[in-house]
Amino acid sequence: MSDECVLSQKFKIEGGNFGNAGKASTSIKEILKEIGIDPSIVIRASIAIYEAEMNVVMYAKKGIITLNITPEELHLKLEDEGQGIADIYQAMKEGFSTATNEMREMGFGAGMGLPNIKKNADRFEITSIPGKGTTLDIIFYLNKTGNQ
Amino acid sequence: MSQYFHSIRIDTEKCEGRMKCLRVCPTQAIRVRDGKAAIIEEKCIDCGECITVCPHGAIVPLTDPFGELSKFRYTVAIPSPALYAQFGREILPEKILSGIKKLGFDSAFDLALTCGEVSFAIQEYLRDYKGPKPLISNACPTVVRLIQVKYPELIDQIIPIELPRELAGREIKKKLSKQLKIDEKEIGAFYLTPCPVKMISIKQPAEKGKSFLDGAISIADVYGPLLSAMEGIEKGSYRKALESICILGVGWAMVGGICRTLRLKNSLAVSGLPEIIKVFDDIERGKLRNIDFIEAYSCLQGCVGGSLTVENLYTSYNKILKLIETLEFEQIKACPDIREVRKLYSQNYFLIKGKFEPRPLKPLDTDLAKAIKKRKLKEEIYELLRKIDCGVCGAPTCLAFAEDVVKGYADLTDCIFDLPDNMEELSKELSDLRSNIHKSKK
Repeated sequence: MSDECVLSQKFKIEGGNFGNAGKASTSIKEILKEIGIDPSIVIRASIAIYEAEMNVVMYAKKGIITLNITPEELHLKLEDEGQGIADIYQAMKEGFSTATNEMREMGFGAGMGLPNIKKNADRFEITSIPGKGTTLDIIFYLNKTGNQ
Repeated sequence: MSQYFHSIRIDTEKCEGRMKCLRVCPTQAIRVRDGKAAIIEEKCIDCGECITVCPHGAIVPLTDPFGELSKFRYTVAIPSPALYAQFGREILPEKILSGIKKLGFDSAFDLALTCGEVSFAIQEYLRDYKGPKPLISNACPTVVRLIQVKYPELIDQIIPIELPRELAGREIKKKLSKQLKIDEKEIGAFYLTPCPVKMISIKQPAEKGKSFLDGAISIADVYGPLLSAMEGIEKGSYRKALESICILGVGWAMVGGICRTLRLKNSLAVSGLPEIIKVFDDIERGKLRNIDFIEAYSCLQGCVGGSLTVENLYTSYNKILKLIETLEFEQIKACPDIREVRKLYSQNYFLIKGKFEPRPLKPLDTDLAKAIKKRKLKEEIYELLRKIDCGVCGAPTCLAFAEDVVKGYADLTDCIFDLPDNMEELSKELSDLRSNIHKSKK
């Protein structure tokens, strides 16, 4: 694959900045629409990336989303610096949450974030080092025949 | 013949290329070429923002002149409930409707009654609906078009209940043709409209069916004549006039009216396109799944804020609100019979005939690999620009300009900065880019 066919872009996320929360996922959604990604994938990707972005805003100091699109796949990598997740197995369970009351007031922290990302993605990987940060790989297959 | 009918025309004689429309257009559908504004039809959603902002009156709403009435043997006026908000508080719908009859219409129909029926029908639809939420009201044609163009994946969340004005047109014609023993075609039903976009929903309904109305006349055009026509009308009993008002129906004139009069718990009411876009972005993120119903109007405060209304939109909003409060206080419920509505609903009386179809903007290329290349090129071009969105090139933003260049609608040299200081270094980059653009067109 020549790198002419790879669209790469980075988006910064500031932890704790709720005023700007959701901007990165909106920009990514616009790009997906612009290049004509199938609407059913756009909607799944929008939900997943927004959940992931909000996790960074709520729990981390800062983070970076790296968007990589090839004609075959859409790869979203989220790397954050923050508290990390001690028990990933537990965090992936629906309903598990460490959200504060304030976050719950805003409609987050129902413990659906990570499971929801996994549900919407075609492939999902998570690694975390407590005290350092978390990395998510969220992948969608764009080649329709390949993944059904 | 273009694919889409629009209710907005640019008078190039009057246009001086002042670019106010360019900056205000929420879908970036305007470009100024050779000093004249032009609309990209695919992108326009007929919101009318450009009409209001043009200092030369060069952008004209397309509505019907009064003369159209003479084409029919019998004419009916169907005023939007927003008309009821255009006059002082003591002038109630009853008087306004008698005034309209003096303007040359054979009859005037109180649309609020039909709006009330449709409110009940929406309630029925909400109750039975099992699909993804929230459902979105189809009352504002601009909002429907916004979804078709920018949020095609939300299209199945638009409520497929026929609009009150269409139902009224359909039923009035049926009834009158029987009564007067004339053909339905000889009856002209005219909507008195607060905004130009209703015109396109008559000429080119979003669901691709056929409209039951024959035209739309601007409220601004009837305002003066109507004011004089009402002068001679004797003041009847205020209480009696009040008792004929359907509270569910008058709510349709303002944002939040449907939610309030139906007492819907999990609903949102939004007005103004930038705000609607924020809410729709939230729906796409899956944030508003706990909301059942969204009432959205492209004009601020709802139809009372339409560009073809006369009264200040806050005054008219307030008039409707006070009217609703009075009716609530007096416990006046001149509304359609819900049992009757339920019966009609079960017979599909309220369902729209066609289906809403998405009309998403064309991607940069239909081939994904090519689209990716073009998107990269767009980003590279954008990085070279000053990013001050001066608009001199004729595009509303530097980003829109970069896209136009990639699509071949504009040339890099259209940028007045023709690229910044370090020209030497950049000109190499520029010529590489140009040859890239050339290649990507192949």
